[in-house]
Amino acid sequence: MSIETDVAIIGAGPIGLFAVFELGLLDLKTHLVDILDRPGGQCTELYPEKPIYDVPGLPIVTGQELTDRLLEQVKPFHPAFHFGEMASGLEKLSDGRWKLTTDAGTEIVAPVVVVAAGGGSFVPKRPPIAGIEAYEGKSVHYAVRRMEQFRGKNILIAGGGDSALDWTINLAPLAAKLTLVHHRDGFRAAQHSVNQMRELAAHGRINFEIASVKALHGADGQLHSVTLSGADKKEWEHLCDTFIPFFGLTMKLGPIADFGLNLTENLIAVDTAKFESTTPGIFAIGDINTYPGKLKLILSGFHEAALMAQAAFHIVKPNEKLRFQYTTSSSSLQKKLGVA
Amino acid sequence: MKIIATDRKGAEHTIEGRDGWSVMEILRDARLPIAAECGGACACATCHVYVTDGWYEKLSPPSDAEVDMLDMALAVEPTSRLSCQISCAPEIDGIKVTIAPE
Repeated sequence: MSIETDVAIIGAGPIGLFAVFELGLLDLKTHLVDILDRPGGQCTELYPEKPIYDVPGLPIVTGQELTDRLLEQVKPFHPAFHFGEMASGLEKLSDGRWKLTTDAGTEIVAPVVVVAAGGGSFVPKRPPIAGIEAYEGKSVHYAVRRMEQFRGKNILIAGGGDSALDWTINLAPLAAKLTLVHHRDGFRAAQHSVNQMRELAAHGRINFEIASVKALHGADGQLHSVTLSGADKKEWEHLCDTFIPFFGLTMKLGPIADFGLNLTENLIAVDTAKFESTTPGIFAIGDINTYPGKLKLILSGFHEAALMAQAAFHIVKPNEKLRFQYTTSSSSLQKKLGVA
Repeated sequence: MKIIATDRKGAEHTIEGRDGWSVMEILRDARLPIAAECGGACACATCHVYVTDGWYEKLSPPSDAEVDMLDMALAVEPTSRLSCQISCAPEIDGIKVTIAPE
């Protein structure tokens, strides 16, 4: 069943969130889709604890704090979030509205779609090992969705971050055999996880190898072994039937590339009055758009969101007059914000 | 100062560095395919390069934060660095880097 709303927003980063606010002031309802399982986009995924110094009025704010403040700011407008879903299709309906679909099967029908997708979808980094694609989904996995799936397997986990360590610890009791491989004897992970992993290794419950995976061997998507390369380039074959690399996330434009939008070097070309793409009704704001003079700054995205909202209003409510008001003086805006 | 950068296709580019800029910024400015997703905050490992031809040893060693962040890079080698953490300076005139696979 399709959800009907005024504006579908792709991306729940700072700019998608502020778009909810600007649209909300104009009484436009919003649904947001984000591939991550929480709001904030790059701010919370890449640098939740790094201070940002150039958000107007906030001399210093971390990525997480800025996200928390934006969530507080949009709360009166009750945006609907669809987390952990990737916007996968966009289709024009015969009544002129758009249908946005996600890889989880959610369908959002709206007269306006706003792409606030930053650098694209956050997807797992794929190790540059020849032929790895052929094993993906069958014996190479980039996430653990159901632990049971890995019971009795001979697992190889690669990486040195929290995910690699956490899943090494959690899958060890289920696996027939589990080996963690990392390029150094140091980790970018919580110390207690590192201690726990070393404990498991000391008791022979897992193996830890200082090496990297150079090649995969198997047939029909089923892994049989890998070639590991250790110190001094010494190589050996390691038997395993499951490989789970954890190297964090990277941004890929993904299905948006196939939405039929006018792209320039993976960015959506927009005008600077409305921040609308060359496809009417589809807007792009924040890092994902391009126009002469574009600066990839959070503050620029906020400005773009405000102008986009004005234009979106006329599409969603073509017969209504837009009354421009200030939050300082308008009692109707203050009522919407829940402060009057 | 010059930076000699090899791209993922093996082509070599000689680029003019600028004192105080990071090597990542110079590569990006020259429109070489370096993602640098976090914009130089040592937070994403997508500006990963190999520092070759003996230049690795001539650089000041990486910070703990950079060594940790390299755990999120792919195909790490002993001469791996994050190019956002290397500053251009006269002492590294002629530095050779190879952009790591993505």
